[in-house]
Amino acid sequence: MPYQQIKFYQTGSYVVGNRLLEEGQRSVQSDAHRSNSLTCGHRACQGCGEALGARYALDTVMRATGGKMIAVNATGCLEVFSTPFPETSWQMPWLHSLFGNAPAVAAGVAAALRAKGRSDIRVVGQGGDGGTVDIGFGCLSGMFERDDDVLYICYDNEAYMNTGVQRSGATPPAARTATTQAVGPEPGNVFSQGKNVPLIAMAHEIPYVATATVADLRDLEYKARRAMDFRGARYLHVLVPCPLGWGSASGDTIKVARLAAQSGLFPVFEAENGELTSSTAIRRLVGVTEYLRIQKRYAHLFRPVEQTETIARIQAIADRNITRFGLIDDKTMTQDGSPAGSVPQAQAVR
Amino acid sequence: MLKQIEGSQAVAQAIGLCRPEVICAYPITPQTHIVEALSAAVKTGSLKPCEFLNVESEFAAMSVAIGASAAGARVYTATASQGLLYMSEAVWNAAGLGLPIVMTVANRAIGAPINIWNDHSDSMSQRDAGWIQLHAETSQEALDLHIQAFRIAEELSVPVMVCMDGFILTHACERADIPDQQQVDQFLPPYLPRQVLDPADPVSIGAMVGPEAFTEVRYIAQARQLQALELIPSVAQDFRGIFGRDSGGLLRPYRLEDAETVVVALGSVQGTIKDVVDELRGEGLRIGVLGVISFRPFPFQAVRAALAGATRVVAIERALAPGSSGIVTSDIRAALTERALPTYPVIAGLGGRAVTAASLRTMLIDAHADALEPLTFLDLNRSLAERELARTRAARRTGPAAENMLRDIGVVAAGIG
Amino acid sequence: MFQVRLHGRGGQGVVTSAELLSVAAFSEGKHAQAFPSFGSERMGAPVMAFCRISDQPIRTREPVVSPDALLIQDSTLLHQVDVFAGLQPESFMLINTPRGFEDLGLDEYVARMHRDRLLVVPATQMAQVHLGRPLPGVPLLAGFAALTGQVSLDSVITAIGDRFSGKIAAGNTAAAREAFEFVQAERKALADA
Repeated sequence: MPYQQIKFYQTGSYVVGNRLLEEGQRSVQSDAHRSNSLTCGHRACQGCGEALGARYALDTVMRATGGKMIAVNATGCLEVFSTPFPETSWQMPWLHSLFGNAPAVAAGVAAALRAKGRSDIRVVGQGGDGGTVDIGFGCLSGMFERDDDVLYICYDNEAYMNTGVQRSGATPPAARTATTQAVGPEPGNVFSQGKNVPLIAMAHEIPYVATATVADLRDLEYKARRAMDFRGARYLHVLVPCPLGWGSASGDTIKVARLAAQSGLFPVFEAENGELTSSTAIRRLVGVTEYLRIQKRYAHLFRPVEQTETIARIQAIADRNITRFGLIDDKTMTQDGSPAGSVPQAQAVR
Repeated sequence: MLKQIEGSQAVAQAIGLCRPEVICAYPITPQTHIVEALSAAVKTGSLKPCEFLNVESEFAAMSVAIGASAAGARVYTATASQGLLYMSEAVWNAAGLGLPIVMTVANRAIGAPINIWNDHSDSMSQRDAGWIQLHAETSQEALDLHIQAFRIAEELSVPVMVCMDGFILTHACERADIPDQQQVDQFLPPYLPRQVLDPADPVSIGAMVGPEAFTEVRYIAQARQLQALELIPSVAQDFRGIFGRDSGGLLRPYRLEDAETVVVALGSVQGTIKDVVDELRGEGLRIGVLGVISFRPFPFQAVRAALAGATRVVAIERALAPGSSGIVTSDIRAALTERALPTYPVIAGLGGRAVTAASLRTMLIDAHADALEPLTFLDLNRSLAERELARTRAARRTGPAAENMLRDIGVVAAGIG
Repeated sequence: MFQVRLHGRGGQGVVTSAELLSVAAFSEGKHAQAFPSFGSERMGAPVMAFCRISDQPIRTREPVVSPDALLIQDSTLLHQVDVFAGLQPESFMLINTPRGFEDLGLDEYVARMHRDRLLVVPATQMAQVHLGRPLPGVPLLAGFAALTGQVSLDSVITAIGDRFSGKIAAGNTAAAREAFEFVQAERKALADA
């Protein structure tokens, strides 16, 4: 009988498939009866962070809702690679309307369910950073403001990947994209631009806001499940590296996401009603250089000449996040294994 | 029950009787009274179960409608003018997805220049979106058409736009018979979706379709419009059976039997035209009116039959297609395949300029004598327009055209600077 | 068909007056059409509204060009806006003012008209007394009823009850009665003179 050897890359007690764990501690992915919401056969690239994040998030929501969930998807990579006509890889009810309206469409689905007395069926809206941060922003804010009963998940790969890697409002400074090329006096995306949508979501004081990355999939599962404990508007912002757009190796997706979090560039936290309730401390603090170096979208920062000033500015962003969100605690180590020293709890995040 | 009622209120009451489950709207003049009345009805509980969402833009309004309709709810929204344009992407999306949304378009001009008054440029701009477009002649017909619209939409899985002239119908107080709930329930059964988001039977809606199937999917849209040509009259007939009056249908002929000159018009202007036609008939001119209720689908065959005995056609155009000719005229000419009748587009009532009986009379007498231009702008202040054109020929930096012309006719802000 | 044009300023309830007149006519089984001259009027700007009354269904939608009756809710408009446009010699005119018709300086505009069809009524003052607010629309309508007989006072009162309730309805009704009697008396005085 043919067999396929499955390699488990996670180690330790919480590895997927560890049957010694309590049921509640096991990953949804370890459940043979998981919904497999985004099943195999989709056309995502090798190493696509979004495919990974979406599957984990949605399987968690499906478990939390007993399979009673409807998803609304914005136009973008996820929508395109998951529904190549005439196939679909979605195992639950799924609606794609337009690029900029997923939050509003999701609000409409939720309203219909409520009118029909079926609020037991829950609604997820989802899209990439383009459809969330830019063109969908008005609808997103409207959904937040009305406190519509929708969990919105943004899969952030920091550019318009589906259309060829153009800059979005989520593209970080100095990153090369097709519309912020590595040319001219300030190569790559400029500084002083960009939107922090998790903070904007918090400013709407909606019941639950959280960030996560595909480096810590158990944490992503936890946050998706936690979000479903609430009713009303909820927002989950997930960092999902795109090997093609970021110029990282397709096998490095999880590593790149980990470095984004461990450098402080991508703070991982939760908030309720506008107040920070938890932040995930960095375990092994790294300088931003380690993160930037393995992505070709930042290659111009290292060759032909290392752009120390620009890298320092990026480091300053990371340092600010560390302070702002309290990302260093007494367990944080530096690269050489020594403690990083603790920093007072999160300041300045209202 | 017969009431003396503002058009918007009549429509709101009709919508309420149709048992909508989700209403989403963004306010824009002159639709506001409709959605205000409905929001109050939902808020007091007199309309339930129904969710009313105050959305952040018209784009959001149509998007919420899409989501709600796909989840199986009967959905209503309303807009006009700039709002219809702003939701245009979603308007096309709704039709493409086959969602039976009903929307009031309180016909209003599109800017620039910004103008809040009535003409048909808004609904005309969406005539290719795949929606069914029905035009009401009176407040009574406006309320009746909404009831018929839900039935037509849900039967065909095609969204329906009910067009009613902004201000002229929305803000006029006139007599209307408001049906009772029992009549409406008899006419309009609960919505049974053809496609629906249901965890018990999951489907994916909104696939990307490439060259291999796009044409065929779009062909279905055309097929549905052709089905609508059959369904609209039969629904109107059913309506007459239950409510006891003629409302809706494809066309409304008036004194057409031996008419040499036929005036084709959409919407409320038909009323004024009929008064003028009666007067001219009294003077011996054989003139008739062909009202078009269903503009999309355009009833080519029925129009051809109605114009069989005519010598010439005058098309009242309540919108301008710059660089082209009349919009309604084009469809009329397409209908007249075997014999090309002289068809005169008359651009009238743009941006709320009153279409007066006096001007119609003069124009129709000219038309009857084949003395009309190939394209007529009714009541054009030619010297005002010419003055601006002359200005632009004489110098480069002439400033904003609209402001120049307002200054010429001595309106507010004339004389500043 | 009887056509009425109402002139006033934004915020004075001119549109409501036209609607109430249409409701009054409707309550008598007539066809009526009321509509404003639409605009984004701000408070205080001149506004117009129209009402047509007929025994037959009313089809036309054009503005009232030749009014059979003119109702002026704000006399400050008389010399500012061309309220007289389209007036016929047989037309009626009712002006809200505490002054006499002769004091308004309108002689040249109304030279060809019938003096016994040109009346005044202090509608604002009556509203102030009975309603506590300077809203002259309803008493002016009652005056119109007395002047033209197009609708009865009872119909005006029915329309009041249809739109308002409680103290506001009562106040409007009282003002309506007073205005009706005032105009009736004024007509009689002109006839006797």
